[in-house]
Amino acid sequence: MNNPILTVRHLSVTFNHLNTVVDDISFDIHAGETFALVGESGSGKSMTALSVLRLLPNNARLSADTINLQSDDLLKHSEYDLCKIRGRRIGFIFQDPMSSLNPVMTIGSQIEEVIKLHFDLSRDALKQRVLELLQQVEIPDPQQRIKDYPHQLSGGQRQRVMIAIALAGQPDLLIADEPTTSLDVTIQAQILALLKAIQQQTGMALWLISHDLALVSTMADRVAVMQRGKIVETGLTAEFFSQPKHPYTRKLLNALPLMQSCLTHTAEEKPPLLQVSDFYCHYPIRKGIFKRIVDYVRAVDGVSFNIQHGKTLALVGESGCGKTTLGKSLLNLIPGSGRVVINGVELNALTGEALRQQRANIQIVFQDPFSSMNPRMLVGDIIAEGIRALHPHISLDERKARVRQLLQKVDLPEDSALRYPHEFSGGQRQRICIARALAVDPKLIVCDEPTSALDVSVQAQIIQLLKTLQREKGVSYLFITHDLAVVAEIADDVAVMYQGKIIEQGGVAEVLTQPKHAYTQKLLAAVPVLKMDH
Amino acid sequence: MEWSYPRLEFGGRHLNNPETEKIPDILQKSGYGLAQGLGLTGALMLLWYMVRQTHFERLNFIVRPELIAQGQVVPEARHGEQLSPSTKAVWIVLFIIVPLATALVHLSGYYHVFGTDKVGEDVFYQAIKSIRTGLVIGTLTTLIMLPMAIVFGILAGFFRGWVDDVIQYIYTTLNSIPSVLLIAASILMVQVYMANHEAAFTSVIVRADMRLLFLCMILGVTSWTGLCRLLRAETLKLREMEYVQAAQALGVKQGAILLRHILPNVMHIVLISVVLDFSSLVLAEAVLSYINIGVDPTTYSWGNMINGARLEMAREPIVWWSLSAAFVFMFALVLAANLFADVVQDAFDPRRSGNE
Repeated sequence: MNNPILTVRHLSVTFNHLNTVVDDISFDIHAGETFALVGESGSGKSMTALSVLRLLPNNARLSADTINLQSDDLLKHSEYDLCKIRGRRIGFIFQDPMSSLNPVMTIGSQIEEVIKLHFDLSRDALKQRVLELLQQVEIPDPQQRIKDYPHQLSGGQRQRVMIAIALAGQPDLLIADEPTTSLDVTIQAQILALLKAIQQQTGMALWLISHDLALVSTMADRVAVMQRGKIVETGLTAEFFSQPKHPYTRKLLNALPLMQSCLTHTAEEKPPLLQVSDFYCHYPIRKGIFKRIVDYVRAVDGVSFNIQHGKTLALVGESGCGKTTLGKSLLNLIPGSGRVVINGVELNALTGEALRQQRANIQIVFQDPFSSMNPRMLVGDIIAEGIRALHPHISLDERKARVRQLLQKVDLPEDSALRYPHEFSGGQRQRICIARALAVDPKLIVCDEPTSALDVSVQAQIIQLLKTLQREKGVSYLFITHDLAVVAEIADDVAVMYQGKIIEQGGVAEVLTQPKHAYTQKLLAAVPVLKMDH
Repeated sequence: MEWSYPRLEFGGRHLNNPETEKIPDILQKSGYGLAQGLGLTGALMLLWYMVRQTHFERLNFIVRPELIAQGQVVPEARHGEQLSPSTKAVWIVLFIIVPLATALVHLSGYYHVFGTDKVGEDVFYQAIKSIRTGLVIGTLTTLIMLPMAIVFGILAGFFRGWVDDVIQYIYTTLNSIPSVLLIAASILMVQVYMANHEAAFTSVIVRADMRLLFLCMILGVTSWTGLCRLLRAETLKLREMEYVQAAQALGVKQGAILLRHILPNVMHIVLISVVLDFSSLVLAEAVLSYINIGVDPTTYSWGNMINGARLEMAREPIVWWSLSAAFVFMFALVLAANLFADVVQDAFDPRRSGNE
């Protein structure tokens, strides 16, 4: 283990001469090992990786004593020489496979392009090499797939192609920047297994950048934690997770939602608040000049469930299974058909003004805290909007008082009302969205992945806030998520959705500990669990 | 006695010996004008400074007892003495523009600053008069086009369905008619109309104004499609935004959603394309006048100036000043409009103005 492949000493990155994002960090990566750099968003972990390759934005300044790749001093290389190192000796996998591939080139030619840059091969040898790489990343039918365009592949397959491109130069070090963040759990597990397998085959070092501690605990040999540009703790994985030394590391580990917490939920029966039966959401596929309906996309296909007063039903499923469509069509944002009864009122019989009046019963909190508020409205106006629309008789002063109250409830300072949304962090914005939903005293809030865009510690706070509000106000949640650990933390009941249908539902402890359906079992098996030696 | 042209009235007629006296006289007069301008601006600045000073003193006087009671110094007043960058910019611009303007005004009492055109009219006067025509065409046309573009664009994007279909058909149809042809036809129409109703259009000025107004209208009716298309696309994107859906879930009425959530968030597009359109309308006027379907030939406009200078360009020595004057003025107006729009856009964007 004593031959570091990458040595970094006293690396700092400063933006515009005042904003230090990477602050004097040093680390080694040894040949053949998996080194994980963990941190929350904005901690500077991606910047560290980019600065090793000198791919920083123009307004960034880099300073370091040494950045050595094996015995090569990368700092002494010119840009021209670095181009030969990038992709050849250091491979790079980016986070988002959707935007990292060129949509107008076939995947074969994109892989070829990289090989041609670094090796001088004949046409046949080139094609052979591309096929080899596609086989290596386990893409089925590489002969056919080589001519496919990125949009013809699924997210997981695209990430495999990205890995193939990174491997094309046969690098000694592979940097994977959040390689699985935008993928579903089951696919994430596959991709990670693939990375492990390739690492064993080729003996390259893997530098994994991630925010997911559970994932890191299963993958890495050594871990470093970054906080605000500094590495606060480094250690072997086993030691690191059993005896975390730094308080920040301990805070991170404590914030992780645990699967075991589902066992503590009590299962007392309450009267049902929302009853949904036989709910469909079909989009017509139209073809030809007369727009004849040839088929339907069955986004939600005959779903029935109940939510009890003051309880949380978690709707779990992978992307594209129709869970968000279901949530939105319950609010009549997307047309759907079927019986929806909330609080004794049948919603789908209503239209126009009558429907508008019933909207107070059911509200929604969206996934992305950045696009869910009008950037040109003050936070106070955003929260007061629902009151204005549904209770026009409430006077201005009362409304202002009510906004102050709501802000207090979600733990935001009172003066937030006079600020714009962009002045707040992601977690704070999500609090504002919760306050907006609460403003009209709903019985049910549909939470559409409210925590998946947030860091772990913030995620824990938001979940805590949601639980507190439930205790105080008796509001019910339909909690849509793909994260089973969060489900365990917050839900009373779980419904698992797969291709538009609910395939399993029941109490949270029951479903998570004794899953009956094969899909649920697969889903649970794929969740990376924190390996801790107790 | 040798026959000669009468001397131009403002061609340095006051000089006895123009050959030798001309250049020193111009220098002296422009120096005098510059000094006048500088003095004027200086006086203005002094006045402004004094008003500000007394204002601050009064402020301090009122505020001070409380501040002393709290044991605070008065950092606000000291801070106020420093000029903000925008104030500085205003004064710098004034110090450049005002002396230049006074120098020009002073000189034009004795000389044709930008020369004369083929019938001896002052080019400087023409160019300045043309600003009015340019502005009228730019603003009036924009005023006609803007409501159509905004209303149709947002409605098409927000409601989709048959509303969208109808509006799309209208603007694709309108777009596929060559606009120069349409404008030429309408201008001819209005000329025929005026010829048939001579009683109503007695003077040349009334005719010219009528033609200008009609030109604005026809330009407005043909030029809203581009902006409308942009707004439709943006609205299609915005209506899927989560804050619009949240507003729907909160039971906000559709009219209110359009006004409160959609309209403010497309304003940046409106602003940019209005200014671009304004510029292109000023330029379009020049082009249209050049082919004689623009404003009335008697109206002062840059297009007419360029049209008039067309033949002069072929002369030897070349007569370039008429064309360049029109060009410089047009350029300055369009550039100013563009810069202004950029700044206004920044000022109205809460995300940017918050950073300063």
